[in-house]
Amino acid sequence: MFEQVDLKETFTELVRRASTDLPGEVVDAIRAGRNVEEDGSLAQKALDTILTNIVMADESSAPLCQDTGTPVVWIKYPVGVSTRRLEADFTEAVRRATKLKYLRPNAVDTLTGRNTGNGTGRAIPSIHFEEWDGPGLEVKMILKGGGSENVGAQYKLPDTGLEAGRDLEGVRRVVLDAVVQAQGKGCAPGVLAICIGGDRVSSFEHSKEQLLRSLGDTNPNPELAELEKRLMAEANELGIGPMGFGGKTTVLGVKIGVLDRLPACYFVTVTYMCWADRRAIVQIDEEGGLTWLS
Amino acid sequence: MAELKLPVSEKSVRDLEVGDFLELSGRMITGRDAAHKWLMEEYREEVAPFLKDTVIYHCGPVVNQKDDGSWEFIAAGPTTSIREEPYQADVIARYGLRGVIGKGGMAGRTLAGLGNSGAVYLHAIGGAAQVLARAIPRVEKVFMLDEFGVPEALWVIEVDRFPVVVTMDSHGGSLHDTIENGSKTKFDELLGRKG
Repeated sequence: MFEQVDLKETFTELVRRASTDLPGEVVDAIRAGRNVEEDGSLAQKALDTILTNIVMADESSAPLCQDTGTPVVWIKYPVGVSTRRLEADFTEAVRRATKLKYLRPNAVDTLTGRNTGNGTGRAIPSIHFEEWDGPGLEVKMILKGGGSENVGAQYKLPDTGLEAGRDLEGVRRVVLDAVVQAQGKGCAPGVLAICIGGDRVSSFEHSKEQLLRSLGDTNPNPELAELEKRLMAEANELGIGPMGFGGKTTVLGVKIGVLDRLPACYFVTVTYMCWADRRAIVQIDEEGGLTWLS
Repeated sequence: MAELKLPVSEKSVRDLEVGDFLELSGRMITGRDAAHKWLMEEYREEVAPFLKDTVIYHCGPVVNQKDDGSWEFIAAGPTTSIREEPYQADVIARYGLRGVIGKGGMAGRTLAGLGNSGAVYLHAIGGAAQVLARAIPRVEKVFMLDEFGVPEALWVIEVDRFPVVVTMDSHGGSLHDTIENGSKTKFDELLGRKG
């Protein structure tokens, strides 16, 4: 299946797009932030530099950010396709993209400290597979930078210090805490990708999956849609601003997903994504036709 | 925007204050996590002349080697500086650095070190890897490339009007402290708590 299409080449192109070309709605959100900052402020200068950088990266097909991140990938595949082959092809694509300088050699052996040199390593890239009824492949990826990954946080409710109970008000309190703790260190203005519930692992995974949503979408759950809006407004009242220079633009979006939980556990996981909210999607039909999305 | 030539004197650096925009020109060096640990393990005589009176840039670049063997930076924004907090003040004092470029700011130990040694913390725009790479016309030399790999090696580079903002100065001023305190006050208000 999919013999007509060179998957390694297609995945390499997917990585190139993610690393060099930011989704349009993310650029729009940065521009909107730029326009509400005071003229001549550090915040506005920072966002102007970022907007210039976005144009340069796209025009020269070079990485938006030198930290090209962890490629995190979600692949939907039809019955009968080998996930081992897909994994091998994607991993080879990461090697090629590293050679072509769309990615930095970004995998380090944790024990020896040596860089593997080719962009791949244990759990890099990180690939999630899901069999579906469709005839084609759908491949979605994000590039998740390390600086923003370091300021992500997982809370367990109740949290006495933050007076956060096991309800959406408790969620609100811990998410705002995560933004205050992060300050500008995650390359604000960032996107907050949140999961409520799950276990420690599934909660982080599901929070990252929220980064596949478009910034402009509306959460199908009205209560969560309301909370997303409120958190966005309140985070932007904190005055942290772009790069932590101060200003009105601290977050570009808030996305909340939910998983069920054990009676004993109530996790709230906040994945912080930097302004370089890199995402690319390709759909491959059974004839090998490609549809590129972001 | 004021231009600052590297190498730079202690006196010129002590004149700088939080909020100053600068464009740096001259020679500097990159160094991040592995480099800072290595610089403190023992005195690295071979690298010392490249640190004296200039700045260290917290950066793990994407680098291309050209056919003639020379190097070029093709993406080169700052990395988060706070990880170097355990080392930074000592690295500045030991090697006579006049500044650090990074992002996100640093904490009390570094701030005190900036005052003691006469140095500044310079903030570059995080993620602006293309804008900043274009302000780096030449890569002169590299240390520890095989041992540390591309992102962590110490690259000696020439910069031309490299844009930064002073966010921590040698007089105890820190924009990061100011912003953090303000955000915590607002946070307490949003949570209905007294500060």
